[in-house]
Amino acid sequence: MASLNNHEEPRVIEITDGVLLPTHGERRIIDSWRLTLSIAILGLLAMIFLVKDPYSQIFRVVIKGAPLTFGVTLGAIFGSVFLGLFTGIGQIAHVRLLQLISGVYVELIRGIPLLVQLIFIYFALGKFFQLDGIPAAIIALSICYGAYQGEIFRAGIEAIPKGQMEAALALGLTRGQAMRYIILPQTLRIVIPAIGNEFIAMLKDSSLVSVIALRDILRRGREHVSRTFLSLETYALVALIYLVFTLVLSKLVAMLEDRMKRHEQ
Amino acid sequence: MNSNKIMVDIQNVRKDFGTVKALRKVSLQIHEGEVVLIIGPSGSGKSTLLRSVNRLETLTSGQIFVDGDPLIGPKADIRKIREETGMVFQSFNLFPHLNALDNICLAPIKVRKLSRTVAQERARKLLKRVGLGDRENAYPGQLSGGQKQRVAIARSLAMEPKVMLFDEPTSALDPEMIKEVLDVMLDLAKEGMTMIVVSHEMGFARAAADRVVFMDEGEIVEMGTSQQIFDNPREERTMKFLKHIL
Repeated sequence: MASLNNHEEPRVIEITDGVLLPTHGERRIIDSWRLTLSIAILGLLAMIFLVKDPYSQIFRVVIKGAPLTFGVTLGAIFGSVFLGLFTGIGQIAHVRLLQLISGVYVELIRGIPLLVQLIFIYFALGKFFQLDGIPAAIIALSICYGAYQGEIFRAGIEAIPKGQMEAALALGLTRGQAMRYIILPQTLRIVIPAIGNEFIAMLKDSSLVSVIALRDILRRGREHVSRTFLSLETYALVALIYLVFTLVLSKLVAMLEDRMKRHEQ
Repeated sequence: MNSNKIMVDIQNVRKDFGTVKALRKVSLQIHEGEVVLIIGPSGSGKSTLLRSVNRLETLTSGQIFVDGDPLIGPKADIRKIREETGMVFQSFNLFPHLNALDNICLAPIKVRKLSRTVAQERARKLLKRVGLGDRENAYPGQLSGGQKQRVAIARSLAMEPKVMLFDEPTSALDPEMIKEVLDVMLDLAKEGMTMIVVSHEMGFARAAADRVVFMDEGEIVEMGTSQQIFDNPREERTMKFLKHIL
């Protein structure tokens, strides 16, 4: 959590529960991110092109699940940021009812494991209205991560010095205008690292959708194992594929954060 | 420059923070073109009084009229009053994600609905007026304290306010930067702006203030011209306070 002091420099909220973003201090040629990525890529390439059998066959099968993994993750990123933003604003709203609604949502969702939510939405709610696997997965991930991001946005908004809102109001802006033009642009900059971490965690947690019969990377791996019994080989490859994706995504988030910082100075 | 028109009419204003009485029945009339300086020890209610004028603090009771418009009640149009009342803060409160020009342009564009080109043209004039014509692209993080405060003044002026409120505008500044801000305020006073200033700057008081108001414990103890208050205070509390700051 950021500390609140009265100066204008925006602080960064450090909430990490996923892959650590590469830190800015690490500017050497060999840093931990590069080393891990190199090992992962070299490992993958060696398995697919040097050892070949059975890895190239496994790779061709499981990589077909990548579009679904990315699709679900991307959909859930949009959904959860949308939900999180409104939840965060709701929590600090002056209307008590909005505070309660967003507060209950956060408490409720954070107290239930994602896997349980996913199964509940797909199978239990499926009794009342038919939900396809992909929408169900995107909705479940969005609702779950929206609650966590709501907390991040709330903390981000609260970290903006009170004087910013006062200055905006004093100029004649409405509360909504002040939020939109003054508070939220500054909030976004503060929460990018934390939200970026959530994106990475979502990419990883998208593998849970394999339990509702969506053929993502993991699901295709499991199907392949049941056909060939090559469990070690298949799951090793699946793990490496996820690792490469996650590392690349964490770099993208770090670059985004960097761009935001550069713009500021 | 004073006219007889009352620009800010503060009537029997009270403000409680829980059990603390920040303002006890304060009344004060400020005429058009008048420059009023409010002094007093910390916790005397002077900032609370100033912040009540554009309702950044809500009053417990009492009423304030700005150019005849009520601040409280069903007829109150708080946005109109805020548009007509410029405020300068101790901690500047510039928007750090916008450059100097955009800091100044934002409210005229979003509130007054001016076109971007007109707003920018005006903003450039204002920046020149506060001596920062060459810094329009600078972000607040790249400006010194004195420069930030001058941009903040320009930002308020861009709304063409009828009254300017200054809440300890030089208290957060290094000594060498105080003058550049006070000079801008002096110019403003000379041009006939109605100003309410919470500050202990004696030099500014003597040069520009039509009246000095001394507040203590949530009430106005004494007011008069700067000579009366600084050279011949009548009340003991005023004398005691002046001894501390002089």
